[in-house]
Amino acid sequence: MTTMNMIQAINSAHVTLMEKDPKVVVFGEDVGYFGGVFRATEGLQQKFGVTRCFDAPIAEAGIVAAAIGMGVYGMRPLIEIQFADYIYPAMDQLTSEAARIRYRSGGEFLAPITVRTPYGGGIFGGQTHSQSPEALFAHVVGLKVVIPSTPYDAKGLLIASVEDDDPVIFLEPKRLYTGPFEGHSTDGVKTWAGHPAGEVPDGHYIVPLGKANVVREGSAMTVLCYGTMVHVCLAAARETGIDCEVVDLRSITPLDVDTILTSVNKTGRCLIVHEATLTAGFGAELAAIVQQECFYNLEAPIDRVTGWDTPYPHVFEWEYFPGPARVGAAMKKMMEA
Amino acid sequence: MSDRGKTAKAAKAEPAKRNSIPLKLRVPEPPARPGQAADFSHIKLPAAGVTRRPDVASQPAEMHDLAYGLVRVLNEKGEAVGPWAPKIDADLMRRGLRIMMMTRAYDDRMYKAQRQGKTSFYMKSTGEEAVPTAAGLALDDTDMLFPAYRQQALLFARNWPMLDMMNQIYSNAHDRLKGRQLPVMYSSKEAGFFTISGNLATQFSQAVGWAMASAIMGDTRICATWIGDGSTAEGDFHHACTFAAVYKAPVILNIVNNQWAISSFQGIAGGTEAPFAARGVGYGLPALRVDGNDFLAVYAATQWAIERARSNQGATLIEHFTYRMEGHSTSDDPTRYRAADERQKWPGGDPIERLKQHLIKLGEWDETRHTAQQEEMEKLVKDTQRQAEAIGTLQAGQKPSPKTMFEDIYGGEPDWRMRKQRQQFGI
Ligand SMILES: Cc1ncc(C[n+]2csc(CCOP(=O)(O)OP(=O)(O)O)c2C)c(N)n1
Ligand SMILES: [Mg+2]
Repeated sequence: MTTMNMIQAINSAHVTLMEKDPKVVVFGEDVGYFGGVFRATEGLQQKFGVTRCFDAPIAEAGIVAAAIGMGVYGMRPLIEIQFADYIYPAMDQLTSEAARIRYRSGGEFLAPITVRTPYGGGIFGGQTHSQSPEALFAHVVGLKVVIPSTPYDAKGLLIASVEDDDPVIFLEPKRLYTGPFEGHSTDGVKTWAGHPAGEVPDGHYIVPLGKANVVREGSAMTVLCYGTMVHVCLAAARETGIDCEVVDLRSITPLDVDTILTSVNKTGRCLIVHEATLTAGFGAELAAIVQQECFYNLEAPIDRVTGWDTPYPHVFEWEYFPGPARVGAAMKKMMEA
Repeated sequence: MSDRGKTAKAAKAEPAKRNSIPLKLRVPEPPARPGQAADFSHIKLPAAGVTRRPDVASQPAEMHDLAYGLVRVLNEKGEAVGPWAPKIDADLMRRGLRIMMMTRAYDDRMYKAQRQGKTSFYMKSTGEEAVPTAAGLALDDTDMLFPAYRQQALLFARNWPMLDMMNQIYSNAHDRLKGRQLPVMYSSKEAGFFTISGNLATQFSQAVGWAMASAIMGDTRICATWIGDGSTAEGDFHHACTFAAVYKAPVILNIVNNQWAISSFQGIAGGTEAPFAARGVGYGLPALRVDGNDFLAVYAATQWAIERARSNQGATLIEHFTYRMEGHSTSDDPTRYRAADERQKWPGGDPIERLKQHLIKLGEWDETRHTAQQEEMEKLVKDTQRQAEAIGTLQAGQKPSPKTMFEDIYGGEPDWRMRKQRQQFGI
């Protein structure tokens, strides 16, 4: 075990994967010599050589397409898109290609690629360094969508993603890279040191895809969340004193429906929290499943707290960000219902 | 795999035996990294004046050599020589010098403001000021601009108020973009300056569309756009070239080759295989490669491209060969990926120094005036900064009204969900 922040844990996952399997190859913009703009691939080129970790041209469609080609050859590309906001040029390669290759070839060809990309706000990045596009990918059958919330999960989920034969979009909550951010904009920087999930095994382990984590047990209501919002929801539960059961989904495709339903059937209430915009967000899918499956156990309408339906505005970072105040208010309202 | 697959495989003939050697992947590397001495020996700068200037009416196929050459006007002695030397008066050159100095002073000050926590982000254009400045002065003020994020000098060339730009950097109450955009992502319809996108390269093909529209409508205005060396790898660059060539769109396609894309040297974008300008050859676009640190060369090349565009001869691709003297932005530290002495060893000189030297040589400028202008620019920037900060910075003072964050998403009346969300937000 070593104390790691999320970047170090992701870096450690790369090392573990690359040591174990010579077919794991890493590339993306600035990931080679420099080690990535967030330093996630630092030292990999020096350790494994330039043909296993290298800089790519600034062409996201090209990066994903090349990864698919390598995957078809039989390699396991682990690529980085510098910011999730810049993944859109690769949309065709992801939705029409990576997601469909297994199906359209009758299961003969695979695209076993993992696309890592930092997402979410909280760093004053404005609208092109803050987006949360998970719902776009969840809507594409054939893609898996994984979102860690701690260093421990980040490493275990990343290893599981790369070892999975299907294409995985691995969204990294960049605001959590250096510490468990609870959503108070005025909070000083808190590090992962001292957090139980900041203790990360040095070697190989996996956190399976499709297995949610009940990070706080409770009886009053179920809170479904992932990524940065896990810490925001925990803070809101603490601050309101409401006995919430906080469920970190960890992957939205595949989705751990059993854990969700067991929890909601127990608590009778369900609040869904994500940073992405509301309309047609992943919360809508969760709400539909919960109301269909738990309807007769619900004691209050399902509610969602999300980013507003606007682009992420630079100066209004904290007005946009669904912080503990907004989440807490929704929790209280739900208890009154 | 199915049995059918196996049968098909068995029926295949064995490949002919040959002495196969293992294949190898080449990954380009820059000549020097931190801890090594910078090495620019691969850069061969032709002497000023030697590159020919084809007639504006020449066909693209007759000028492939220019994509591999380098248009240079200012020589080491500060003289303007050769066929490209533009016939411009000293006033215009002094104006160019002033704008470049203004840009540099502005960049220095805004960079420091970010370091002092007054805003979130900043990007300098240090060393590349001649590229937007000369183009901005060669174009008409009514021509349309589709810039990337390092052409702030275009706004100065159009006499756009510095205070307005600073208000954007600070996302304060007077920011015309209502605090929505990351600093340096300016926009001004009045200045003919298209809203800068954080997503690289998108403007390049949009500019071609604007130019096509101008041609469809029988307008007389043309359009210019800029893209970084690294960003030429994006599909948008190639879409722009295809559309511009096919429709002979009245557009000037500028590639700013400043040698770096964050930490990736220009070889990662393919620049060591062939000059960026040479990409024009494959599309049938006239392509020029120009010394981007030579104000007169940039001016002359732009003028040449303007003449072509205005006379329905279509688009021109121009590679400006320059150097990013500073880090990519306030978010990076270039000493982590490039040799420490690169800036000192860069063979292309400093655009401000080179134009200054030329003006002095002509007897149109002197050191005293230069120092005075330097002080004037610093004072101008400082005074403007004081005014901007009196309105507000990202951290303090007057901000745009939060309710504006729900505006401009669509035109017209807000729909049900927007009304509901505004209500929840408390407005
Ligand atoms: C589509 C897209 N991909 C990646 C990025 C991240 N990014 C911002 S600037 C940059 C480097 C651009 O280099 P270049 O085009 O050479 O322009 P320069 O910064 O040198 O002016 C990168 C990769 C982005 N903004 N947009
Ligand atoms: Mg560049």
